[in-house]
Amino acid sequence: MTEKVTSTAGQDTYNYKVIRQFAIMTIVWGVVGMTVGVYIAALLVWPELNNILDVPYFTFGRLRPLHTNAVIFAFGGSALIGTSYYVVQRTCHVRLISDKLAAFTFWGWQLVIVLAVITFPLGITTTKEYAELEWPIDILLAVVWIAYAIVFFGTIAKRKVSHIYVANWFYGSFVVTIALLHIFNNLEVPVSMWKSYSAYAGVQDAMVQWWYGHNAVGFFLTTGFLGMMYYFVPKQAERPVYSYRLSIVHFWALIFTYIWAGPHHLHYTALPDWTQTLGMVMSIILFAPSWGGMINGIMTLSGAWEKLRTDPILRFMIVAISFYGMSTFEGPLMAIRTVNALSHYTDWTVGHVHSGALGWVAMITMGSLYYMIPRLFGRKLYSLKLVEAHFWVSTIGVVLYITAMWVSGIMQGLMWRAVNADGTLTYSFVESVQAMHPYYLTRWVGGLFFLTGMLIMAYNIFKTVTSSQVTEVNDAVVAPALAH
Amino acid sequence: MFDSSVFTSQFWEWFIIVPTVGGIIACFALIWWLGGDTGKPEEDGNVETMGHVWDETLEEYNNPLPRWWLNLFYICLWVSVVYLILYPGLGSFAGILGWTEVKQYEQEMEAAENRYGPIYAKYSKEAIPDLAQNPDAVKLGHRLYMTYCTVCHGSDAGGVKGYPNLRDDDWLYGGDPSLIKTTIMGGRQGMMPTAMQNGLTTDVDINNVTQYVLSLSVNEYDKTAAAEGQKTFQRICFACHGMDGKGMQALGAPNLTDNIWLYGGSAETIKETIANGRQGRMPAHGEFLGESKVHLLATYIYGLSADKP
Repeated sequence: MTEKVTSTAGQDTYNYKVIRQFAIMTIVWGVVGMTVGVYIAALLVWPELNNILDVPYFTFGRLRPLHTNAVIFAFGGSALIGTSYYVVQRTCHVRLISDKLAAFTFWGWQLVIVLAVITFPLGITTTKEYAELEWPIDILLAVVWIAYAIVFFGTIAKRKVSHIYVANWFYGSFVVTIALLHIFNNLEVPVSMWKSYSAYAGVQDAMVQWWYGHNAVGFFLTTGFLGMMYYFVPKQAERPVYSYRLSIVHFWALIFTYIWAGPHHLHYTALPDWTQTLGMVMSIILFAPSWGGMINGIMTLSGAWEKLRTDPILRFMIVAISFYGMSTFEGPLMAIRTVNALSHYTDWTVGHVHSGALGWVAMITMGSLYYMIPRLFGRKLYSLKLVEAHFWVSTIGVVLYITAMWVSGIMQGLMWRAVNADGTLTYSFVESVQAMHPYYLTRWVGGLFFLTGMLIMAYNIFKTVTSSQVTEVNDAVVAPALAH
Repeated sequence: MFDSSVFTSQFWEWFIIVPTVGGIIACFALIWWLGGDTGKPEEDGNVETMGHVWDETLEEYNNPLPRWWLNLFYICLWVSVVYLILYPGLGSFAGILGWTEVKQYEQEMEAAENRYGPIYAKYSKEAIPDLAQNPDAVKLGHRLYMTYCTVCHGSDAGGVKGYPNLRDDDWLYGGDPSLIKTTIMGGRQGMMPTAMQNGLTTDVDINNVTQYVLSLSVNEYDKTAAAEGQKTFQRICFACHGMDGKGMQALGAPNLTDNIWLYGGSAETIKETIANGRQGRMPAHGEFLGESKVHLLATYIYGLSADKP
């Protein structure tokens, strides 16, 4: 379906093929990852579903890592690598340095995901959250990632403009930091083909794990998607970025503070007090640079607010940025020691993650894909009405999800700490589980809404890329404009 | 003020302090340096662009940092500075409040002990069988049970596989009030050796003993095998379970004749128990809860089966 597209004869072109592949797989993995999410949410509402399948492969413990890895690395990762190839080529005014290496990153990345889909249900796991892949797959992932870094930075090195566009700073920090995080958190000693033990022990292991875990949020789910925002929002809004100096300040402050914030996942544990405090303090500072990004995204629209009324794609982006602002307010709040004492281990954390993952990450991706895919395939978007429907369905889904988890999480925290006049616990654990039931049901409905939206998108994009009405694909390398 | 026991050498302290303080100062410097006003606004209210253009249309204004946001940034930084002065964070500097999580735990536990201790203490002199008639004491015991015991024994005290039912009057270590209390205070370590450890080397042996054990409590079993098994039982198993198979509470060896099973009474499960052995562990609660609470817990548990036949 991608072969019929034409391009201006005789001119240098951008490599769109690899981007098309990543863009389509983003949607495929989005559907897969969210379906698994909806299923495990259903397991929490109706645990008796386990009896129907009655095999270990599809139990919560095995599918939960599949869900998180599929949405973060398969859906999010394909979106990030694909859009970064689009952005880096178009803003450096040069083709990717190597088509072969780019193709390797695509097939390698997909292989890693397929291996995850096979090994997690089989129970093969390192047990480290978001780093569950066993050592052979870790090595493959590291190789693919280094190839990606070579393609990305090689293209930047070859650029035809002297200034590096802001989106590339963010993508660049994402590429470098994820390499570091992945390699150092996954240093492990293999004992067999599919089993290894972490190179670190005890509290050091926990610290390295959450240094990784929080920066997977910081550099995968934040700076990567900020890179997306910095290209696609000004493009779709047809407005200049609001403030260059704001982007400098929030970029440097963000990447500096994020890397310290991990210990807030280990408040009131065996981690030394000083480490917990540093994690908390840096998380509080992080609030400001995070909002710097939100302001720059939203204010880029100033002067073009009226477009929000008619353009559902732009609406996806703005709602995404708003959710980004909300979750980056919530995050520092939850990192405060005394708040964390209530929120930790409750559904509040789950809600917080999803306001970021669904509200910010998924919605900015959807907006960007709706912008990019028609241009990649040289076809008009099949239906703007369906984009509108997708927008409302997913917005309602996110709101249902996170409000259910707020109520449920805070209630859990309060029930766990409630004591009788004699100091005993007012509620047994199972009573708190019972109390969660209506909220788990609401969360499942919210997830179902969001998945429905994703399916609407898949249909819309399928109709778009298979349409017989082909216009010219504008993949000719653009000559840099003269500075004015 | 300084707790140098945390670090193996001074190098690591400075390794933490220098980047932390330096980083916060760098943040202050960054927003102070770039926080001033820029350029003159054009007619749409934005200041002029930077003059770079990417991908045909991408440009950047150079608007000043919003004042409210700058203030927010300063507030976050100052909160951090104050927090790092008050609490441990900078290497071995313990913070002027002297807070540690261990101290906080100890203080909270002490406060709880002062507040709740007397509630329990007033019952500790009364005998458990008498207390079991006192609804207030039983209520306290029940709440303690719901807090500390339900994870293994279940909210209804009915037990699950490997965790005994506390409602029946069948006791592994004895149902006398003082024995119940001893079990809770010091915990118990139940151990059924494996077939190998017991010198049962063949599958036939294990099967025979299984059939004999079955014969002690049910009617359906293989009579020939059971007869063989009885010999082995009386040579090996009797040491703990007694010649009559009624067990020995001093060792925690269960009665095998009452058709009450800790791990299950099917031939298959019994065989598994004999072949692989079992390890049961009741954790000690004496040090953790204190005797007066355990006294009330024992009261509640005693009361669950006291009026049963």
